[in-house]
Amino acid sequence: MNAPTTTHYPAAPTAQKPETHTLSVLVDNEPGVLARVIGLFSGRGYNIESLTVSETEHRAHLSLITLVTTGTPMVIEQIKNQLDRLVPVHHVADMTLAGNSIERELAMVKIKGKGETRVEALRLADAFRARVIDATTESFVFEITGKSDKIEQFIELMLPLGLIEVARTGIAAIARGPEGM
Amino acid sequence: MTREMTGAEMVIEALADQGVKHLFGYPGGAVLPIYDAIFAQDKVRHVLVRHEQGAVHAAEGYARSTGKVGCVLVTSGPGATNAVTGLTDALCDSIPIVCITGQVPTHLIGNDAFQECDTVGITRPCTKYNYLVKRIEDLPRALHEAFHIAASGRPGPVVVDIPKDIQFATGVYSKPKDFAHTGYKPKVKGDIEKIKQAVELMAHAKRPLFYTGGGVVNSGRAASELLRELVKLTGFPITSTLMGLGAYPGTDKQWLGMLGMHGTLEANMAMHDCDVMVCIGARFDDRITGRIDAFSPGSKKIHVDIDPSSINKNIHVDVPIVGDCAHVLEDMVRLWRTEARHADKKAMGEWWKQIDKWRARKSLAYRGSNEVIKPQYAIQRLYELTKDRDTYITTEVGQHQMWAAQFYGFTEPNRWMTSGGLGTMGYGLPASVGVQMAHPKSLVIDIAGEASVLMTMQEISTAVQYRLPVKIFILNNQYMGMVRQWQELLHGGRYSESYSEALPDFVKLAEAYHAHGIRCQKPGDLDHAIKEMIDVDKPVLFDCVVDPKENCFPMIPSGRAHNEMILGDAGVSVEEAITEEGKVMV
Repeated sequence: MNAPTTTHYPAAPTAQKPETHTLSVLVDNEPGVLARVIGLFSGRGYNIESLTVSETEHRAHLSLITLVTTGTPMVIEQIKNQLDRLVPVHHVADMTLAGNSIERELAMVKIKGKGETRVEALRLADAFRARVIDATTESFVFEITGKSDKIEQFIELMLPLGLIEVARTGIAAIARGPEGM
Repeated sequence: MTREMTGAEMVIEALADQGVKHLFGYPGGAVLPIYDAIFAQDKVRHVLVRHEQGAVHAAEGYARSTGKVGCVLVTSGPGATNAVTGLTDALCDSIPIVCITGQVPTHLIGNDAFQECDTVGITRPCTKYNYLVKRIEDLPRALHEAFHIAASGRPGPVVVDIPKDIQFATGVYSKPKDFAHTGYKPKVKGDIEKIKQAVELMAHAKRPLFYTGGGVVNSGRAASELLRELVKLTGFPITSTLMGLGAYPGTDKQWLGMLGMHGTLEANMAMHDCDVMVCIGARFDDRITGRIDAFSPGSKKIHVDIDPSSINKNIHVDVPIVGDCAHVLEDMVRLWRTEARHADKKAMGEWWKQIDKWRARKSLAYRGSNEVIKPQYAIQRLYELTKDRDTYITTEVGQHQMWAAQFYGFTEPNRWMTSGGLGTMGYGLPASVGVQMAHPKSLVIDIAGEASVLMTMQEISTAVQYRLPVKIFILNNQYMGMVRQWQELLHGGRYSESYSEALPDFVKLAEAYHAHGIRCQKPGDLDHAIKEMIDVDKPVLFDCVVDPKENCFPMIPSGRAHNEMILGDAGVSVEEAITEEGKVMV
């Protein structure tokens, strides 16, 4: 970037290394909450890499938003503070910082093929503990659950075997041990 | 042309490539590099406004009177937030605008920097589309796409937010040949089967009616020509919304006048009683429909609109046609001719006889006066004295706007600039500045109210600076007239805060701005004063002192149907005419 002297803005700080963090955000399940959370990201130039939302406590009308974002430690800290400041947000937990969380994602992977590639796809699916949830004489849909990198790896392997389409849920995360959020 | 340049230079290059001649704007810290680029060239002329809202309204006036895209340049933070009213106005009235906003450098975005605001966040709901350009490589494409999106399909405002470091950065500029958004493909040509169905319905109609809107004007000159041809071919009566005035000549005998809340009796009764309604480029707005469940109960409805989301939004229609008005009208005209269609002569004769009965009620009639200027009379005289000239009319919002729509006979499209959807007081003066910039030799008049015009009065300074001889014709009734009218009808005549207290002396105000001021208080002096206004080669503030108690009739009270209008002389107590639910609807 140019650093012209003809500006009244301070220069960019020397770069810290960007990190990827998984955040769990407990919010009121009311209209517009998701828009507020996402608007905060787009408005301030933060990235969302994965986003999962669902109501988790029906009676209390609470939803859990799990999102994965990348930024310098300063930016991550700022994101958490900004999220926490939103009125309908109850709690923000940095699962990456806590370091004791389990993360899972579900993907459905559609393969088209015949003969040997079809058999090979089935064999690999078995190795990855993926289940067949739909089958025709020339296609399969696999369901696979696991960490994101495992899913990535599975998709990579399916690519030459006739991969047609992938649908992923995004990450859901929870802390280990007896404590709640 | 492909060459290396700064982001700021790309902005000007792209505007010039798009054929932009005028740019309405206001400088500030986050757009200084662009102003530097403006300084170094003479392809695009910058017009310095006095407030960013004025910049957008001026660009709207420019766009509506020329059919081109209007361009705006404002700084970050307050520059962008001040533009929001104008952008929303352009969105509501489907006006093509490209608004370039400066932004703090990319590394400060989200840091609450000086004059920072979340421009794309704030303008998302009030633009057709918006961009935050964070890489210099993306800038040329974003700029050119902005013009494409603003002007195509249903037009609207597009914001391009450019951080200051991107304006300084250098990159390669070229005009992209293709369009990146594959999902954005407005449908221009209407489904021919649907159009055939429509023509079939029209040919068998007993009591048909054309109901047209701003879409016809937006579609371009050809659409108005084709509409005129189709109306003549069929012999059907035609009415239009506020936005569509001028697409069909208001002086023609098939013209019923404007419809809706302050439309004519004949237009609204024809809407209620018709058996085939041909809606072209209008959107069944609540000012038009009145009570939804009593809206034109016996008609088959044909709806031509380029925006699929406008169809079946408020009113269920029988034949929806998604397409551009000019294209669909062309098909309709061709089918009507080639299939040798003709309207049912006998039925049409009876229909026109009925319409003439409604016309005989003279719903726009008002009580004249020799003592005090009636606002309706002022518009009538203004019309008579300017109709043979090359005239453009803008308005503010309120009673004067409705009287202008009722009493000024518009005969051409793109001659009538008014804030219809959003109803923005303060629109007319800056809009007239934009219109005059585009048509320096024409007569440009802002029909104003004394309350509205004070909201953006500062733009008279812009008019003076650029020697734009706009005429601000103020119907001064010393009230926010429409507010007062509603308070009279709905709130027991308790005129809470609607009196224009402590008004300035508009003649002296004009002089203070180095403009020309005229005051007229007697009906007998009006013609002479209007002639003076026209002849002065300067911006004019015309203080036309009118009857402060005059109300705008006819009127469909809220919550009522088209056949439940109140007429000015009908003697109906207006309180009786409005139901409790109606009061809530406003």
